[in-house]
Amino acid sequence: MASVDHSIEKNIKAYEQSFEAMVPTPFVKFMRTCLIWQFIRFIIINIKMIIVVQKSH
Amino acid sequence: MLYNSSVTMTLTRRKAMARLVVMGGGVSGHTAATFAKKWLGSDHEVVVVTPNAQWNWIPSNIWVGVGQMKKEDVVFPLAPVYEKAGIDYRQAKAVSIHPDGKADSDTPYITIEYTGQGKEGQTEEITYDYLINATGPKLNFDATPGLGNGKGQLGDHTVSVCTADHAIHANLELQQLFEKAKTEKQKVLVGTGHGLCTCQGAAFEYIFNIEHEARKAGVRDNLEIKWISNESFIGDFGIGGLHIKRGMYAASSKLFAESLFVERGVDWMVGAHVNKVEEGKVHYELLDGSTGEEEFDFAMLIPPFAGVGLKAYDKNGEDMTDKIFAPNGFLKVDADYTAKPYEEWKASDWPRTYQNPEYKNIFAAGIAFAPPHPISKPMQSPNGTPITPTPPRTGMPSGIIGKAVAHSIVDMIKNGENAHIHEASMAEMGAACVASAGKGLTDGTAAALTVYPVVPDFEKYPGIGRDLDYTFGEIGLAGHWIKHILHHLFIYKAKLKPGWTLIPE
Repeated sequence: MASVDHSIEKNIKAYEQSFEAMVPTPFVKFMRTCLIWQFIRFIIINIKMIIVVQKSH
Repeated sequence: MLYNSSVTMTLTRRKAMARLVVMGGGVSGHTAATFAKKWLGSDHEVVVVTPNAQWNWIPSNIWVGVGQMKKEDVVFPLAPVYEKAGIDYRQAKAVSIHPDGKADSDTPYITIEYTGQGKEGQTEEITYDYLINATGPKLNFDATPGLGNGKGQLGDHTVSVCTADHAIHANLELQQLFEKAKTEKQKVLVGTGHGLCTCQGAAFEYIFNIEHEARKAGVRDNLEIKWISNESFIGDFGIGGLHIKRGMYAASSKLFAESLFVERGVDWMVGAHVNKVEEGKVHYELLDGSTGEEEFDFAMLIPPFAGVGLKAYDKNGEDMTDKIFAPNGFLKVDADYTAKPYEEWKASDWPRTYQNPEYKNIFAAGIAFAPPHPISKPMQSPNGTPITPTPPRTGMPSGIIGKAVAHSIVDMIKNGENAHIHEASMAEMGAACVASAGKGLTDGTAAALTVYPVVPDFEKYPGIGRDLDYTFGEIGLAGHWIKHILHHLFIYKAKLKPGWTLIPE
């Protein structure tokens, strides 16, 4: 049986305030630093920010 | 509204050469002065009065505060930039405003006290036709006993990242902490040093930079890191929180902020008014009225902001500060200052032109304008202690307001007092914010965030107060790259290098 990665839950303690928070899965954490995906997000975020800047002037 | 006699007189001088005086050379003042000079050319004068010799890209002070940047990376000297632009630069602090002139002259003027240029301590009067108050805030450390040194400056018990020099000091202390953490447990406390602070975002960014650097230094396991804030919930950020789309839901910023704290193993305490700081210990009161103490080995606590203490005098030299300034020292503008409960707040309470109602030739920009009320819901403990974030007016809104004010004044100079007054309401503008952790191009991550509008408009956007299509946020390398680009872009722009006007605020 494959071992389970408990790293994302290590900071959660039952019935403390951390217990009520959502935590990222390993896939989400991987995507945050995946160069290809982040390059795509870079383009998208820039476009979104430019739109917000244009709406604000 | 009619101009008073002194202003009418000075406006008649407009046909010759008008003088715009800008008090303050930060993001807002620098933006206003440089655009005004560009649009006015050599036909009119622009004077900048600022006590600082250097311009500081404040958002990057965070990186200085963890040793990832040097002071020279985030500041540059103002004098050569203003010389190139044709702006009359006075390294001095503004002391008083005399909008009606003096007994023997109707010409309005300000008094200044030099802090540099070889004239330290000398005072001078500068007449003006138009005046912009962009002085930014006074870092009011002394509002909390022990946070300040009793002389208006940072005390000995905590550090700050509000200025580049503060950030250098913070990094020195942090490196000593990391050294100790190699052999023993240490505790870090970061957040707000008073119940009425703003700029939670800066503290938020700093705490995660410390966490990131601690991991790099191999001492994370020996560091307990804790957040203490006057927000009623994590993710309020002084703007009442926000919602963003995620997984087909519109989710509160509280969820995302808490998620980040848990992911990075950072504990938190909210609704806290720090009322006393001692060596290694803060005393606080919470929104539920309870009190407590929190010990620390290293603490960075943001101070509350106040106006810089400018005075205003009438023609006879009588103090009339309360006529043009709010009690907190910020300049009154075209906001609705009527006291009313949170439920009756409206987007239209917020100023649009930043023109002083009494003197139409005086404007405010950036932090220097008096907001009508907070953005976050006012709260107080059962003991009557107000614990509410005050509204942020920094960064992008600050620059946009500075440019709009400059545009209005340039039009008034060129076209007369009935010229179009430009508008830039914070209830109709967005803001982009990037809070970065780490500095490496592949190992840092950042929370990239835009919010539209800054001040929620619950009439236009019922329920959450903001446009979900333009309010978004995510964590990743992409935001981190944007943070790097913004650092270089805004310093390039502030240096007035070729094409600087094409870079938005």
